[in-house]
Amino acid sequence: MKLDLEQHLPPMPAPVPVIPSAKDTNVMKSKLTQYLPSLSALGPVIALLAAGIFFAFQSDRFLSGQNFSLILQQVMVVGVIAIGQTLIILTAGIDLSCGMAMALGSVVITKFAVDLGMDPHLAVMSGMLACVLIGYINGALVTSVKLPPFIVTLGTMNIAFAVTQLYSHAQTITDVPQSMLFFGNTFLLGQTSFTYGTVLMLGLYVLTWLFLRDTAPGRHIYAVGNNPEAARLTGIATNKVLIGVYMIAGLFYGIAALLSVARMGVGDPQGGQTDNLDSITAVVLGGTSLFGGRGSIMGTLVGVLIVGVFRNGLTLMGVSSVYQILVTGVLVIAAVATDQLTHKKG
Amino acid sequence: MTANTSGVIFQARGLVKRYGGVTALDGTDFDLRAGEIMAIIGDNGAGKSSLIKALSGAMIPDSGEMSLDGKVVHFKSPIDARKHGIETVYQDLAVAPAMTIAENLFLGRELLRPGFLGKFLRVIDKKRMLSEAVGHMQDLKIGIRSMKQAVGTLSGGQRQGVAVARSTAFAKHVVILDEPTAALGVKEGNMVLELIRRVRERGLPVILISHNMPHVFEIADRIHIQRLGKRVAVVNPKEISMSDTVAVMTGAKNPEDLPEQAHA
Repeated sequence: MKLDLEQHLPPMPAPVPVIPSAKDTNVMKSKLTQYLPSLSALGPVIALLAAGIFFAFQSDRFLSGQNFSLILQQVMVVGVIAIGQTLIILTAGIDLSCGMAMALGSVVITKFAVDLGMDPHLAVMSGMLACVLIGYINGALVTSVKLPPFIVTLGTMNIAFAVTQLYSHAQTITDVPQSMLFFGNTFLLGQTSFTYGTVLMLGLYVLTWLFLRDTAPGRHIYAVGNNPEAARLTGIATNKVLIGVYMIAGLFYGIAALLSVARMGVGDPQGGQTDNLDSITAVVLGGTSLFGGRGSIMGTLVGVLIVGVFRNGLTLMGVSSVYQILVTGVLVIAAVATDQLTHKKG
Repeated sequence: MTANTSGVIFQARGLVKRYGGVTALDGTDFDLRAGEIMAIIGDNGAGKSSLIKALSGAMIPDSGEMSLDGKVVHFKSPIDARKHGIETVYQDLAVAPAMTIAENLFLGRELLRPGFLGKFLRVIDKKRMLSEAVGHMQDLKIGIRSMKQAVGTLSGGQRQGVAVARSTAFAKHVVILDEPTAALGVKEGNMVLELIRRVRERGLPVILISHNMPHVFEIADRIHIQRLGKRVAVVNPKEISMSDTVAVMTGAKNPEDLPEQAHA
């Protein structure tokens, strides 16, 4: 082969054929890799349906509108947190501080309103601001000090937890103004009552889906996660994208904090303790790669529902919550293993 | 030596770059004429990549001057150089493999929808990006069926094709290619060489950095030989042998000993 080339020299060789289409390379392989994304998008849906069918046979209470509404209510807080987590994981990062940021947000929201007598709207905004601030600190440390996101958010997770405990004296905040509980209120859809919070959660998923799919900043998030060097060289301000993503994620944790207050009716300093692992599980189950740059927000919604369905179904079956934690652990390892195997091929 | 400077559009004079005690560029010159393919060769440590970094804005020289179309330019970053119409294709294939060909072509320069949607919501115009991507790829005769294909599904040569198409689509003055055939097999390497010729046919001058002497001799109009941080000669590949070129590059032969017609 090498000789072949040298023979052409020094006279110019006849024009070589144009770069051929994919059929010239290995057709089977390229076809497979081409369809892998759509396969990995379908996988979570199949898993969700399979889980649904399984639990429908296990418990006759599972398949009802009211139980479906309950599942949505149970996942709405972690569901909104998982939106932020998805954005961060798409940039090849990870956020362990999300649950603690949410808890801090809910304490700030309720304490500002109850103890300081602040206008509920202002109190809500303050709580969200606190979450955005944690996001900013995460983003700044990841970009300017170049620390791994895992370590940064492990640190801020503990800091947020400690601040929450110190500020609330580890006391639940009660007597929350009614207007703050709006998203916990229900409305009737046919025979079934749904909370406004679940509608908000679904709306946020649709908005994020459009943002990621159709806007330049949304595509830049994928580019930064997929190949940060390429993104930088094409002129994308990668550090701004990263800090922005951590801050937007913080905003979602703030919204989750409001939903948590609405759902529980109190400000709970002990909340959010399992939300980091649950949200990461949901994101990975939804087919988003921990290596960044691949995945979808609607996958995360399916992942959230898978976690919710498992929790709900196992509870209906009378399985102890310890086993539910065990199942979540198995699920996350299975999902990450699938991620590893699929992307080695790609 | 004095180079013929007629038709020069991109020029550098006396570029110096020191890294601590190491002198990477020791007052090097560079000339690129309109519409030519200029290869830069040099041994490791000759300052080849430092020169390219200076020309592409990836590094700021300590002293010296660069001019583009007769106007003095100072590049502070690759983005700065790009604003002046100089596009660089980097060796490590600066593409996002999980994204589509169309998205890669417009990465960082997405076409936005007209009106409110584009201006305030920064909504991208996928249809226009797709059709323009088809146009750019056809211009360079790169036969890829779907612009919606992820770049990760392409072969090495096809990926390089995407990277080159991106640079030529936006370059107004110069395309710089850093080792474009290094990671490719013989067949794909030849395809990329053909692609570089098409870029020249479109009137864009090309700066090509390569270790592959047969490729350099096959495609370059002139060869810039870099040695010990300086330009030691610019030769005409049609009038000089490969072994003489390598001898000058390694210092085994004095460029003054070359025949008159070998210089370009």
